[in-house]
Amino acid sequence: MSFLIDEGRNIQHLLMGNEAIVRGALEAGVNVAAGYPGTPSSEIIETLSKVARDRNLYVEWSTNEKVAVEVAAAASFAGLRSLCVMKQNGVNVASDFLLHLASSGTRGGMVLVTCDDPGALSSVNEGESRLFAQILEIPLLEPGDFQEAKDIIPWAFALSEKIRNVVMVRSVTRLSHGSGNVRFGSLPGTSAQAEFVCHGPLLDPETGPIISMILAAPELQHGPQQEKLKKAAGIFETCPFNTYQGPDEPELLIVTASICSLYSREAVRILGLEDRVGILKLAATWPLPERLVKKHLAAAKRILFVEEVVPTLEDHVKVIAAEAAGEIGAKTFYGKKSGHLPSVGELNPDLVLDALARIFPAAAGTRPAASPGGVTDIPQRFTPARGMTFCPGCPHRASYWSIHNALALDGRGGFVCGDIGCYVMGTLPAGFSTVKTLHCMGSGSGVASGFGKLRSFGMDQPVVAVCGDSTFFHAAMPALANAIHQRSPFTMILLDNRGTAMTGFQPHPGSPTNVLGDEAPALDMEKICRSMGAKVEISDPFDLVKTREKLNRLLEYGEGAKVLILRQACALSPEKRGQRKYEVSVDAERCRGENCGCSRLCTRIFGCPGLVWDREKEVSRIDEMICAGCGVCADICPAGAIVRKEVAR
Amino acid sequence: MNPKALVRDPFSVIVTGVGGQGNVLASRLLGDMLAAKGYFVTIGETFGASQRGGSVMSHIRISSKSAWSPQIPRGKADVIVSLEPVEAVRVLREYGNPGVVLLSNTRPIYPVGVIRGELEYPSLDALREAVARILPGARFIDGTEQAIALGNAILTNIVMLGALNRLAVLPFEREDFRQAVGRRVASKQVPVNLMAFDKGYGLAG
Repeated sequence: MSFLIDEGRNIQHLLMGNEAIVRGALEAGVNVAAGYPGTPSSEIIETLSKVARDRNLYVEWSTNEKVAVEVAAAASFAGLRSLCVMKQNGVNVASDFLLHLASSGTRGGMVLVTCDDPGALSSVNEGESRLFAQILEIPLLEPGDFQEAKDIIPWAFALSEKIRNVVMVRSVTRLSHGSGNVRFGSLPGTSAQAEFVCHGPLLDPETGPIISMILAAPELQHGPQQEKLKKAAGIFETCPFNTYQGPDEPELLIVTASICSLYSREAVRILGLEDRVGILKLAATWPLPERLVKKHLAAAKRILFVEEVVPTLEDHVKVIAAEAAGEIGAKTFYGKKSGHLPSVGELNPDLVLDALARIFPAAAGTRPAASPGGVTDIPQRFTPARGMTFCPGCPHRASYWSIHNALALDGRGGFVCGDIGCYVMGTLPAGFSTVKTLHCMGSGSGVASGFGKLRSFGMDQPVVAVCGDSTFFHAAMPALANAIHQRSPFTMILLDNRGTAMTGFQPHPGSPTNVLGDEAPALDMEKICRSMGAKVEISDPFDLVKTREKLNRLLEYGEGAKVLILRQACALSPEKRGQRKYEVSVDAERCRGENCGCSRLCTRIFGCPGLVWDREKEVSRIDEMICAGCGVCADICPAGAIVRKEVAR
Repeated sequence: MNPKALVRDPFSVIVTGVGGQGNVLASRLLGDMLAAKGYFVTIGETFGASQRGGSVMSHIRISSKSAWSPQIPRGKADVIVSLEPVEAVRVLREYGNPGVVLLSNTRPIYPVGVIRGELEYPSLDALREAVARILPGARFIDGTEQAIALGNAILTNIVMLGALNRLAVLPFEREDFRQAVGRRVASKQVPVNLMAFDKGYGLAG
């Protein structure tokens, strides 16, 4: 049994931020949770699924984030408490439904947890979900530490029920993936009864249908929605997670939120400014509690904003200051707009130290030395950079090898439109720099569908899109439907590695099991593509010869969309982990090294971490600690020096 | 529970290595052991894209008074435990100081640039010399060799925790480790983890 459902009130555990959010949801008596995997959010649904049976929860990995919010909303409509979870990019996907949900309102408490990734540590952008709260006109809460990550969730559910609307809680990577001490509260009972009461009058919020249908009468729904937001702003004035630490009349007021509050506190302590600088840590960040903010603004002349990523608190607080200027006087503001803090990337204590040192030059002397004892004098040659690459035995390396070679052989300047997954590394030498466009989930196939129609403008470059199996269901199917209907001649390559691999093998609609590990109907991508009207081929990417043949055939094959499914499980998948298909070795007699003329194709170009160049002997060799035994390299060596032998089972 | 006062508060530890070496487990075990003693512990780490062959780092802040930021300011590490020698230097350059306790595994994991022949991996002797100029007391041990002898290179992280225990810079005992590891790994894996811990303890003697 997971310690996360420990009944003991007041006991303490070291929890990851995402686990704290889970415990908070359990203490709130959540009934239904849905999400789509995405770093740094994935552990929330995964952890909930592990206690689902014990706590009478329904938990699912939905096909995409929009569906996840819809599934969670249904539970709320039926009077239950529901949670939906996604990374920041997911909010973009879900935003269409969310906008309408915010208009229709909810019944049972509904909380949307979004995990942003300032610095894009595991993302293709560092886009912000905070701005969505403003667009959607819903309240936003941002926990400032691990204890609050738990405590704020039941509070958010209660707020959602008070205003009958969805409430957004925003975490960030350093909170979601960090860990800290969390003191538990008590768990409620697990019984729950669902019923959708919907046969009352059209606009009755308690018994009527739940609809978003303004139809030239915005006062009917948009008006009440804004009243809800005003009510939330009132409640936010006394939100227990807004805190102030510092003197009554600070020389500088730091206004901060989320994990940045810890960076601020540390920087203030390092410079010994505790008696001169106050820290207003806001957890309720949209709509801002105006009276509270005004009170603190009145007490200080200088204000520093510490937040990630774009100036949002900064903008909103400045509006309050402008409106109250007659009452509270003029202020000097420091933050992203003044250049004291960057508006790109994540923050850390050092960046806050830099900003404070500029504002308090006299205190800057207490800063720690930039290179204590000359540590930065250690020559950089001792720290060769670790570039990103595919894992040893990764099917994507083999797939890109074939795609790259097929396009090179074709000779018409063909290219690949990329998509989201580990295979984003197709843009790098790891994937032979094959990928030439990369944006969001499913967009590779949509962009490729558009490229395919540019033939009438004289473009004859072959167009290929890559797409993972989970991405296919998430967002690429509409793009494929479009391409087929519009007769766009592109080749979609489905990199089917049997799960949502990058985020930790979560199941998707093509998987034979669901999040609980129970058997579930697996949708067959091959049949789907065929029935949509695409010509479909399947190959094992580890079989370089057959893959190349099929790819060449598809590239040459006439009009319309074509699909090549390259099926091979991820090297880290539970089914493969620790199992080698082949023992691979290099025959040092046959490896001609630098004299071969291959220009060290295996180590220099193919670049699998399992193959190393032996500088002394000037031949390649296998690093047996790292080699995953896929055997693909044996087929790329022109001298036949790499030998594979099937491992007996 | 009132924990013992620390030499410095907060006390800041970095566990570093290459994605896949068990960095996260080592930092969680340390965190669990210290939280159980009543300390405030904050662990800052990132995983996800970084696990694929990249440098990884966990920042562990320990305090008897309050929670600290999940990122250690530059130059402020008190202990660096590295599962890979080049990563020890990388962290030392950014977070080290002449007072830091450095414990590193000696087994290299070559970056992809080195495999390709674009970059050169430094010789271990030269690396140790460069570190010793700043930290004469830095410890380098072949933790991976011991782990392989126990049947699995992945135990290197535990060997290093045992060695760290011997250096006596953090308030935890073998018994604390036994309890913490029992909560994080399958029960049949506990004995081999304890053996790895003891091997590390022996190596750092």
